[in-house]
Order: sequence, then structure tokens, then C-alpha cells
Amino acid sequence: MIEVKNLTKHYGSKKAVNDLSFTVQDGEILGFLGPNGAGKSTTMNILTGYISATDGQALINGIDILDDPIAAKKDIGYLPEQPPLYLDMTVKEYLNFIYDLKKCKIPRQAHIEDVCKLVKITDVYDRVIKHLSKGYKQRVGMAQALINNPKILILDEPTVGLDPKQILDIRNLIKRLGKKHTVILSSHILSEIQAVCDRIVIINGGVIVADDTTENLTNMTMGERSFTARIDGPREEVIKVIKTIPGVENVTAEMEREPGIYDFEIEAEEQSDIRRDLFRRMADRNWCILGLRSNAMTLEDIFLKITMGDDVTIKKKAEPGKPVDDDMRRSLLEQISGAAVAADIVVQSKRAAAEAEPEAEEDDNAIETDGEENEGGEE
Amino acid sequence: MGAIYKRELKAFFMSPTAYIFLAVFYIISGFYFVNVNIMGATTDMSYVFSGVFTIMMILLPLLTMRLFSEEKKQKTDQCLLTAPVGLMEIVMGKFLAALTVFLVAMAIYIPYILVLVKLAGGIARASVIGNLVGLLLLGAAFISIGTFISSLTELQIVAAILSIIVNFVLYMIDVMAANVSWEPLRKVMVSVGFYNRYTEFTQGILNITSIVFFISAIFVFNFLTVRVLEKRRWG
Repeated sequence: MIEVKNLTKHYGSKKAVNDLSFTVQDGEILGFLGPNGAGKSTTMNILTGYISATDGQALINGIDILDDPIAAKKDIGYLPEQPPLYLDMTVKEYLNFIYDLKKCKIPRQAHIEDVCKLVKITDVYDRVIKHLSKGYKQRVGMAQALINNPKILILDEPTVGLDPKQILDIRNLIKRLGKKHTVILSSHILSEIQAVCDRIVIINGGVIVADDTTENLTNMTMGERSFTARIDGPREEVIKVIKTIPGVENVTAEMEREPGIYDFEIEAEEQSDIRRDLFRRMADRNWCILGLRSNAMTLEDIFLKITMGDDVTIKKKAEPGKPVDDDMRRSLLEQISGAAVAADIVVQSKRAAAEAEPEAEEDDNAIETDGEENEGGEE
Repeated sequence: MGAIYKRELKAFFMSPTAYIFLAVFYIISGFYFVNVNIMGATTDMSYVFSGVFTIMMILLPLLTMRLFSEEKKQKTDQCLLTAPVGLMEIVMGKFLAALTVFLVAMAIYIPYILVLVKLAGGIARASVIGNLVGLLLLGAAFISIGTFISSLTELQIVAAILSIIVNFVLYMIDVMAANVSWEPLRKVMVSVGFYNRYTEFTQGILNITSIVFFISAIFVFNFLTVRVLEKRRWG
């Protein structure tokens, strides 16, 4: 069991992690989700005793990592963001070194063989780590964490650099390990967390913004509904007509997909299904519906909403399992990459505003007077 | 500690570091031994020792520069610092590994001494023992200083250059003290200097305070390394 209580970490004046509290039960797989720079790795480094928290407590099976680091570390297998590999060693030498380092008591040969089989690196066992591909290096890092059968596994982005087949393998492995181990898994890939974890903690700007089961978070997506309809008809009029359908909240048409044909993004009230009404009204006017799909909100959307704050609406949504065309993919990518940056900016500006409110007011005044002076000068 | 010691020692011999170190050490000492002792037909080994000594101040930092800086750069320190081992174990493992390579180098004096004993029938025992002990203690102190400095930086070359400078300063400080007129400072400089204590050994005098001094220096610097690792966690 892992208990994190009011964990705070400052780097100079920057708060990397701010008052973080959560608990991971035995046999639970916790997904640690957040944009880059949210404080995921910092938290994991604190839990494993690599760095110390400025404030707060991290308990590993009831042992404070600062009070008795050696006892606490015995129960932890850690795969950092960059696997800590000695590049000049062979896999064999490296794993044997880790075995000695962890003072492992399990029969050596059999244990190392088991671990290698588990992460599928038996075929590179005698090769020098330097010459391995990124995927293999990642898995050697995974093997290193598994040596000595630790009760707790802390994995920082374990699937980075793997090909799709290997990603599936590692996910299945983590799922299997999760039955006997307590696992914390960090990632900024949502589908991964969704596929593997029982519970998700979303962290942004060093603060927990959501902590719930994967199921509940996914259920949150059911409330809002939106549709994308490709309609062959005069743009402005179509929008007007659609807006008359009961339950429709908003319609936009920005994407011209074919000459004169637009994709209409329709946002509807919760639980309302407007598809039949839409069909009839379009048919009455002889406007053809060329395509219609309902957009389920994905975890991705929730993530963006949560990390960006509620004032941001997400315009385009990709449906899981459906092919996304290039424009859509690009805009989605922009949103996701922009979201991380934007989220940071929002949080920082909010924090800065909260901390320095009186000063900010003074600054405003200063700017105003400056402006006046400048104007005067120009005249 | 055993695991780290074994890995470090292997790393020395898997890379050219140890071989270059040993080769230079053997060549320099061999040069003095052949030219002074064999060609000059003398049993006075002081040149073989003093010739090696200056080189050692430059060579030992090459041995120690990698110890912690490389770990930090490659992020392998995450592996060591999150393993269930104490910081002192980590530091001692690395220190002892470097010390072992140094001892392998020093072992070259055994055949030299045996050859001289065989050829000349005897050697100046006190002087040889004094030189050996002095060189060993001084080397071990330089290694602990190098290890400490290596923990301060990610760059090996910076660690090496800094260590060489510190070694020279510590070695020369009591010589420089002669030019200092302020008495308290001069006293401090003389007491921390390595030179006088070392030359005393070379004259065959095993001064117990000097032995204690060097052993303390080794412990102080190893302890400081532990403190650096500890401090880094709070950074």
C-alpha cells in the first residue's frame, strides 16, 4: 500500500508538486496522468526515495521513505523515465548486478530467467545493452524493476519507445502484474491508462485535478452529446433550421469538406437524440445528409477539459475506433499539444495572480500611467 | 557494497581507463627502476617512488573522474539511489574499486624489490617501507578527493581537472605556507598540507600522527561525498 500525504516539492521558488494526497491499495493499478511537466516524475522520484519532498509524507507499506529508506525501498521496483542502464554491460551482467544490488534472496539463475521471459528479453540476454534498440532497452529497464519481486511497482511511462505490438505486450504484462502487485503507472497517453488502470489520478501543475475510478471518469463522458453532420445545403440556412430542432444548443459549420458542403458540429442537450428530427427537417427542404455521426466524449476530452479548465470547449472530437481524417487529426493534435502548454499557462497565471494580487494592481496602475505619458509624448 | 564494488571494478577493466592507468604507472616506474637501479647499480629506490608520485597526482583523477559524474549523466544514479542500499555503501564500493586498481598498480613494486634483493642481496628496508606506506596513504587520499569531486559535477573532464588542481594545492600548500606572514593562517596551511607528511614517510619515518592524518582525510572526503548525494535529494 502506498500512502501519500500532503506531498510538496519546491525547486527554488517553483512548486513542482503541491500538496498531493492519495492512497493506492494493495493489488490496485493506479494511472498517473498529466501533461508533460505536471509533476508526475517528481512524485514518483519522491515515492522511490530518489529525491526528498520539501513537505509531506510518503508511506510505503506503512514505512516512511525518509525514516527508513532501506526498508521502504526493498518493496519497490522502479522504472524511471529514462531506464537506468549501464550501457557497457551485457543484459546478463546488468541483471546480475541488480540482483546483487537489491540483495535478492530468490534463487539467482531461475529468478533472472523468469524475469527475462516475462518481459521477453531472453533472446538478447548476452548482448551489450548499448547495442539494443530502444524497445529492448525499455524492457531491460522493466526487468530491472521486477528483480527481487517487489510488492510495489512504480513505472514512469513504461511504454515510451515501444512499437504497437510491444506496447500491447507490456500493457498485458502490467495488467497481469497488477493482480499480485501494487502498481503506479504514469503516462500522458490516455488510452493506455484507460486500458490498464483501475483508478486514475489526473495531475496538472503539481495539483491533483481528478481522482476517480476509470469507470466513473468514463461515465462522465456520457452526459454531453455532440454530432457531426455533413450536409449538402446552403450553410447559413442549414444552421438556422438545425437550431430550431428541440434540444440543440449550438451549431457551427467551419469545415468545408467538399465544394459547398460543410460539416456541421451540433451540440445537443444531455440525453436528447436529435438525429431523427434532423433527418426529417433536412429531407423536407431537400438538403441531403451525406454523413452523420454521434461523437462520444473520450477520456481525452475529459482530460483536456480538466487540465484546461471548464471555460474551454472542445470543438472537434474523434470517435474511438473510427478513422480520423488528416485535418481532424491535425487539429486534434494541436489541441492536445496546445492543451498542455495552455493548461500550464492558465495555472501559472492563476497562481501568480493569487499570490501577487496587490502588486498586480500596482503594476496595472503603473502601466496605465506609462501609457498616458507615452500618449502625451506622441502628441 | 559488494555489488557496487564488483561492478565498478569490472567497469574499470572493460574500458581502457584501468589499462591506460596501469600502463603509464608501470612505464614510469619501470623507467626509473631500469635507469637508476639497474643501470646505476644502486639499491636506493627513492627515485622509483618519487618519479611515480608526481604522475600519480594527475593519473588518479583520471581513475576517479568517472565514478559519480557518469552515473549522474546517464541517470544510472536513479538505480543506485532507489535500491535498498545506504549511501555510505555506494561511496565505499566505488572508493574501494578505485583503490583496488591503484593497489594493482602499486603491486609492481614487489617484483622490483625482489629483483633488487636477488641482485644486491638487500635493500634499505626502512626507506622502502616508508615510501610504500606514504605512497599508499597519499594515493588513497587522492582517490577519496577525486571521488568527492566527481560527485559534484556531471562532466568527467571537469571532475578530472578540478581534482588535479585540488591535489596540487593540498600537496603544495605547506610549501607555500613559507611565504605567508600571518601566523594562524600559516599554521593551518602547514597542518593540512600533504607534502611535509609525505616526505617524512620517504625518509623512512612512520609518524603515527601522519598516518592518522591521511586516514582521517580519506574518511572526511568519503563522508563529504555521502553528504553531497544526500544534499542532491533535497535540491
